[in-house]
Amino acid sequence: MSAVAESPTHSHSQVTENYLFNTKGFLSWALTLDHKRIGLMYLVGVMSSFLVGGLLALLIRAELFTPGELFLNNKQFNQVFTLHGAVMVFLFIIPSVPAALGNFLVPVMLGAKDVAFPRLNLCSFYLWVGGAIFFLCALFYTGLDTGWTFYTPYSSSSEFGTMGPVVWATMGVFILGFSSIFTGLNFIVTINTMRPPGMAWFKMPLFLWATYSTSIIQVLATPVLGITVLLLAAERVLKIGIFDPHLNGDPVTYQHFFWFYSHPAVYIMILPGMGIISELMSVHSHKSIFGYRFIAYSSVAIAIFGFLVWGHHMFTAGMAEVTTVVFSALTFSVSIPSAIKVFNWLATMYKGTVYLNTPMCYALNFLFLFTIGGLTGLWLGALSTDRALHDTYFVVAHFHYVMMGGTLVAFVGGLFHWWPKMTGKMFNDLWGKISCLLVFIGFNMTFLPQFVLGSRGMPRRYARYLEEFQVLHQISTAGAFVLGAGLFVALGVLIHSLMRGRRAPNNPWGAATLEWQCTSPPPFYNFASAPSVTDPYDYLPLKYISEEEGWVYISPTKSTDPQAHPEIAKS
Amino acid sequence: MSTIAFPYLLADKPETFFFPPKASTFAAENDFFYMALFYIALFFFLLIVVGMIVFVIKYRQRPGYEGDPRPLHNNALEITWTVIPTLIVCWIFARGVYGYMEMMRAPAETIDINVEARKWNWLFEYPNGARDPVLHIPNDKAIRLRMRSVDVLHCLYVPAFRCKTDVVPGRVTQLWFQPIREGTFDIFCAEYCGDQHSEMLTKVVVHSQEDYEAWLAEAVKPPIAPVAHGQWLYERMGCKSCHSLEPNKVVVGPSFNGSYGKSFRDSKGQDVSFDANYVRESVLAPQAVMRPEFVKASQMPSFQGKLKENEITAITAFLQALEDGNISDEEMNAVPAAESTENTTGEGETDSAAQAAEQVSGN
Ligand code: HEC
Ligand SMILES: [Cu+2]
Ligand SMILES: [Cu+2]
Repeated sequence: MSAVAESPTHSHSQVTENYLFNTKGFLSWALTLDHKRIGLMYLVGVMSSFLVGGLLALLIRAELFTPGELFLNNKQFNQVFTLHGAVMVFLFIIPSVPAALGNFLVPVMLGAKDVAFPRLNLCSFYLWVGGAIFFLCALFYTGLDTGWTFYTPYSSSSEFGTMGPVVWATMGVFILGFSSIFTGLNFIVTINTMRPPGMAWFKMPLFLWATYSTSIIQVLATPVLGITVLLLAAERVLKIGIFDPHLNGDPVTYQHFFWFYSHPAVYIMILPGMGIISELMSVHSHKSIFGYRFIAYSSVAIAIFGFLVWGHHMFTAGMAEVTTVVFSALTFSVSIPSAIKVFNWLATMYKGTVYLNTPMCYALNFLFLFTIGGLTGLWLGALSTDRALHDTYFVVAHFHYVMMGGTLVAFVGGLFHWWPKMTGKMFNDLWGKISCLLVFIGFNMTFLPQFVLGSRGMPRRYARYLEEFQVLHQISTAGAFVLGAGLFVALGVLIHSLMRGRRAPNNPWGAATLEWQCTSPPPFYNFASAPSVTDPYDYLPLKYISEEEGWVYISPTKSTDPQAHPEIAKS
Repeated sequence: MSTIAFPYLLADKPETFFFPPKASTFAAENDFFYMALFYIALFFFLLIVVGMIVFVIKYRQRPGYEGDPRPLHNNALEITWTVIPTLIVCWIFARGVYGYMEMMRAPAETIDINVEARKWNWLFEYPNGARDPVLHIPNDKAIRLRMRSVDVLHCLYVPAFRCKTDVVPGRVTQLWFQPIREGTFDIFCAEYCGDQHSEMLTKVVVHSQEDYEAWLAEAVKPPIAPVAHGQWLYERMGCKSCHSLEPNKVVVGPSFNGSYGKSFRDSKGQDVSFDANYVRESVLAPQAVMRPEFVKASQMPSFQGKLKENEITAITAFLQALEDGNISDEEMNAVPAAESTENTTGEGETDSAAQAAEQVSGN
């Protein structure tokens, strides 16, 4: 099959082959080494997990509509919120951007054919699938109701069998973690060694900076989970006291281990989202990113500081005073790089040309929600207010603003942004924006009242609550359903696009990063000839032609194929 | 007896939009700091959101407008928005530490109360030996709680006092506070601890000094009426955390509601009738005779040596009174002439209780 064919409808050389259809059959997908197909399979996986986690969330909110029992008893409620948290964190948010979008984008953004280790990449996908199945079986089999944090000694009590569910659950997380170690390692090597000539570190798209920082965290933090599993098992089998007070262990030790992984994991969750926003803000404002270096460095700073702040989850757990104060200080230090990013994103719009399409609306939505999420962290980092707010709904609202208002909204925005590249289809922009509006309204309605619930004293993980909290809980529940509706509309828009979408041009948004120089969707080998590396945020030489053709390079030196545009080259 | 069924009527509704009542010395600092943070956050939030809206309106793509895609740089701006937030954050950190230190440094003179947390209730032990599931404290006095957990993590949280501390099995954690007004406030468990986590609630009652002393003196005296005494023990000896009084509700062990007097088949296939002997045996050697459904449940500890003979009798009376599911006031306070004297003979009977237990476990 010839790779390059003439296409009468397009003025430039058009590749007819694409990675979606170049080979057919189940095995061509199941055994593929193509990073794009693996990314797509990940996408299906994480979206299914998100669907499960989201429906569970609605179940929780529905049950909390009244103070008493509605349709879930205490045990079921506890199992549902555990499953919701565990699925969302370990099966959706952590792999969402790096594994699904990252796999698709990293090589294309580098103008490369694939990641450095394609087989490892496929292996990481199967590890993820295996890990997910193992994890879910563990949760169901033990009827785990400990919350996604699996705190001992509750989680190691023999009620759930001799090993205690914590061993199985942590093992599941570790297998999933291994999959992310592989992905991380792959990205580190790919970015280090496969950058095209001309792409210096500071000429990389910011998404790659974010992915790189994330990968470093994944590789360094995840092994701690392995150690934890080992210690847990050793305690059970050899009866050496580590975490279990009955054997003279200390349960707080488990919390240290858990958060030493899980706090950096919070940055595994948010950094890639930030990377997406850097791209979206610049592209859709048609303006070179403001403070490139500051954003790049702040990603690295967050990755490093992220390792030093795990103790802020344990301010009330009875740590020594000095430790507590030090952790508070470190926690505040990590807030500064995030603030820098927000200001730079905002400044990027200044004097640009803001295109208010769906991805941009999601990016602005992110900015709004993430700002609230970040700022409310101040109350929790400050030691005195945390004494009152720790483990209340204030915390619940705070991390949903960061994780969901941050990562999820960025993920959906990124999905819309790269959708034309991934599928070759455009989507209905109006309905995309409607979904964004619904998400915005629903989200704030769900989680703003929870801040007030928290400061009024409502503890988290409560199946029942006092009547004085009811009104706020009901607003929150109503909001959750609006939010759910918004996300279903978004899903509908994407499915509609798959079936009825207009053909996408190579560069529908006028972006300057390399992935937009290959066809939509890209061919199996990504680029027919090595693309010429340009500044990833230089929009000057790009010109809008039409809906069908999108944006093309007009400056002859920057064009991939100058012969194809005689009329433009002349003008 | 006012302590038997404490009227949980005085719910503490939020006093202001954000906060429950200010009831301890920590509340003023906490609320001030909270509101200060609120205005700081609001300022930055508005800065960003207004900036966002203005930029979107001013630079939106429209016919006749063309933005400039060339990069802008401004190091002065970068430094400004790095340094100013850093300074503000330093202040927040320092103020937080200041408030925190105050919360950690208990004054020299405190009233120490021991707290025992278990799934899913609280038990407070007062300096004079009184035990009560509700926390009673005098106003304007520094109180220190020394907290232990017998099973899993819990966290004692009093929203009106704006403080909480985890209760960690294997450790003794401390929490101190000084109430500034009388009243009744909620105590929540704030660390997830299983099924009834959300029902692990109790109250703190802040009394005047005289009332507190009167309460304390009263609280060491068990009720005289056997049924009331039985309930009193049920609430204080930990039975409540495993046995409910609602019909058929299994917490850990079987419900006490309507069990007395009925027969059942035990795990060894023998017919057993729930009578005074069975109660005695269940308390002293719980694993001797078990219902088949509960063989696998986490085990009931033996109360041998912890309950005196007259106390077992009181519990039996209490269970018997629950035979028909509820206890009328008359039943609760009935004092049979013969039994009221038995109260005084308690000491001497512990030995015979131990003997009885040996007999039972020998079976
Ligand atoms: C740690 C939980 C726990 C505590 C505390 C506890 N029990 Fe039990 N109890 C059980 C369990 C489990 C059973 C059922 C298995 C058995 O008979 O040992 C049980 C059974 C009983 C029975 C037999 C009930 C029946 O219907 O067959 C009685 C009577 C009883 N307990 C009394 C008490 C009293 C009185 C106290 C407090 C002094 C108490 N229990 C404290 C767990 C507990
Ligand atoms: Cu954290
Ligand atoms: Cu609890």
